[in-house]
Amino acid sequence: MKADPKGVLTGTHYIDGDVASGYGALAAGCRFIAGYPITPSTEAAEAFARVAPRAGAIFIQMEDELASMAAVVGGAWAGVKTMTITSGPGYSLMQENIGFGASLETPFVLLNIQRGGPSTGVPTKTGQADMMQSRWGSHGDYEVIAISPDSPQEMFDYTVKAFNLAEKYRCPVMIMSDECVGHMTEKVVIPPADQLEVEPRRYYSGPPEGYQPYKPDPDLVPKMAKAGDGLKLYISGLVHDERGYPVAAEEFKTIYVRRLVDKIRLNKNKIIELKEEGVDNADIVVVSYGISSRVAVKGVEMAREKGYKVGTLRLVTVWPFPDERIQELSSKVKAFVVPEINYGQVVYDVARCTHGKANVVLVPHGGAGVHNPKDITDAIEYALKQEKRIEGVVEFKTRLEKLVFEGGMKLKE
Amino acid sequence: MDTQETAQKKIQTAKAAKDLAQMNDIHPMDDFIRMDRMPHIWCPGCGIGIAVTAFAAALEKAQIDLNKVSIVSGIGCTGRVAGYVKLDSFHTTHGRPIAYATGIQVANPDMKVVVFSGDGDLIAIGGNHFIHAARRNINMLVVCVNNFIYAMTGGQVAPTTPLAAYATTSPFGCVEPPFNIPYIADSAGAVYVARWTTLHVRRLMNAMTEGLQKNGFSVVEAISPCAMYYSRINRLGDGLDMMNFYHDNVEIRHGEDTKNLDIGFQTKIICGKFVDRERPTYMERYSQWSEAAKGAKR
Repeated sequence: MKADPKGVLTGTHYIDGDVASGYGALAAGCRFIAGYPITPSTEAAEAFARVAPRAGAIFIQMEDELASMAAVVGGAWAGVKTMTITSGPGYSLMQENIGFGASLETPFVLLNIQRGGPSTGVPTKTGQADMMQSRWGSHGDYEVIAISPDSPQEMFDYTVKAFNLAEKYRCPVMIMSDECVGHMTEKVVIPPADQLEVEPRRYYSGPPEGYQPYKPDPDLVPKMAKAGDGLKLYISGLVHDERGYPVAAEEFKTIYVRRLVDKIRLNKNKIIELKEEGVDNADIVVVSYGISSRVAVKGVEMAREKGYKVGTLRLVTVWPFPDERIQELSSKVKAFVVPEINYGQVVYDVARCTHGKANVVLVPHGGAGVHNPKDITDAIEYALKQEKRIEGVVEFKTRLEKLVFEGGMKLKE
Repeated sequence: MDTQETAQKKIQTAKAAKDLAQMNDIHPMDDFIRMDRMPHIWCPGCGIGIAVTAFAAALEKAQIDLNKVSIVSGIGCTGRVAGYVKLDSFHTTHGRPIAYATGIQVANPDMKVVVFSGDGDLIAIGGNHFIHAARRNINMLVVCVNNFIYAMTGGQVAPTTPLAAYATTSPFGCVEPPFNIPYIADSAGAVYVARWTTLHVRRLMNAMTEGLQKNGFSVVEAISPCAMYYSRINRLGDGLDMMNFYHDNVEIRHGEDTKNLDIGFQTKIICGKFVDRERPTYMERYSQWSEAAKGAKR
């Protein structure tokens, strides 16, 4: 289906990633955003609030993030495409209702402009330390999709894609961006509406008495419904059967959770998007996502100047994780180098998939800044020099860490 | 000895039994209740079922298209209401039904949204959403069943437990003064506020009807016995004893200033309709102002 022209701000813009995502939401058909202001994500909410009326959309500023997430799930069941926007502490507050949304197989999008944590952290500076939270943040078993754009243009493009995936798989889709990409201003080209493909909601169309909100199609995804259509929905966060009725027996729990995770796991080859460059014949592959992948470009370039054979694998989709591709590459390369702005999150999934066939080097960063590209180059060099297999993940010591912990760097604000 | 007379009598008895069975098959509230979810979980002597009956009658009286009503509950004994009624039912997370209902109402303003939940859910963990939805004047009816205690979890103290009353987590008597729900609703901006007990079924039903017909944030507090926990822990007898207590101690004062509606331990309970006024709803303002903004360049 083509996008509704009312929501598409066709043209060439010079905007930041946050704004691009707000425009992307409207273009994708989002007609309801509930949010609570939090740095560094507010520009996305402001942008959407400004342009919403032209498409008959609404931005409502709720009293907190719990209410925002709740309203977004409520809005989705009332029949519109919905999104919320947040960062760090707000993301933590949303977790319970994210789990509720996931358990009801509610399509919605969550934009997380990651900032430095833990706790209040560094509100105005970047971080990539919510990656595991995006996957495991709410209690219980469920699967989500997480995407990590690395430019304002991608913030537009992948916000649209996030909505499409949410509809296709009836699940929460997280846009795991970060402060750098959110506040980076670049050229963003928004195409005409007839060149934007949007996924319509798959509604049930049979007789009311036959509707079961959790009866899956062959792709394991059930058809959606909305309040007000006379279907007398029963939507509960309790473990439910296909009718939505609460059930507590272990066999029902098994059926329920199995499909909740399998609809993503078994469809993952259709979901996952990777961007690879120079991977064939590479000795080292740099695995990265979000802003770190843009920094990695420079690090890889410098390594290549030194004559090293380095490839890059960018996780556009971080969750579900591309197990098979990492497995495949691990028998061809010497090592993976993984720069991320945390002390090891996605890197452990890389290590899990290598089965000891290749070394895995983490280039950590504590946040409030991005990597020095030279560290990535050095980590590549270090990885090449290792003769032996090293168990688990090796942590590369960055310039900043050496300076802070060994070099007697004078700390001042 | 089988005479024709006794045979006829037998036939008549059998017919009566069959009629009775048929009568039992079709409950008068069959259209409204998910009979396949019966029996419900509520204890003998509980008032929640009465509140639900009053609500069913109110829906009928208000003549609302049942396809356009969403009912949203949170967690707790009253939180189970949404799952028993044959409407678009949402049994949501603890404390958040008003936030979910806000999403439903704003995303689809044609829906009549009813939040049916307990005092702990709406006034403790969900207190913030309660006051903000009232302030925004989101078009919804909130039925708050107040049984003075956390019953689902076994009788813990609530922000509505009267001062000095016992609960499992206030074994020496509740030391916190309780909230006065109509006063909060009134001060936060609700357009309709009433309080009844589950003894006053007809008045409760009428209040719910008015709340359903009202355009804006309406609150009906339904005081209900909790025979299993509140009454037992405080040695107040069973459900019927509580009903007798309501009978003897409720004073009806319509239009009473809401700040005078505090409830003490076994003191008189003031019931009535306290607030009935008009204010523009959230959606009325939003539609009007965003429509005007379309022409203007910002």
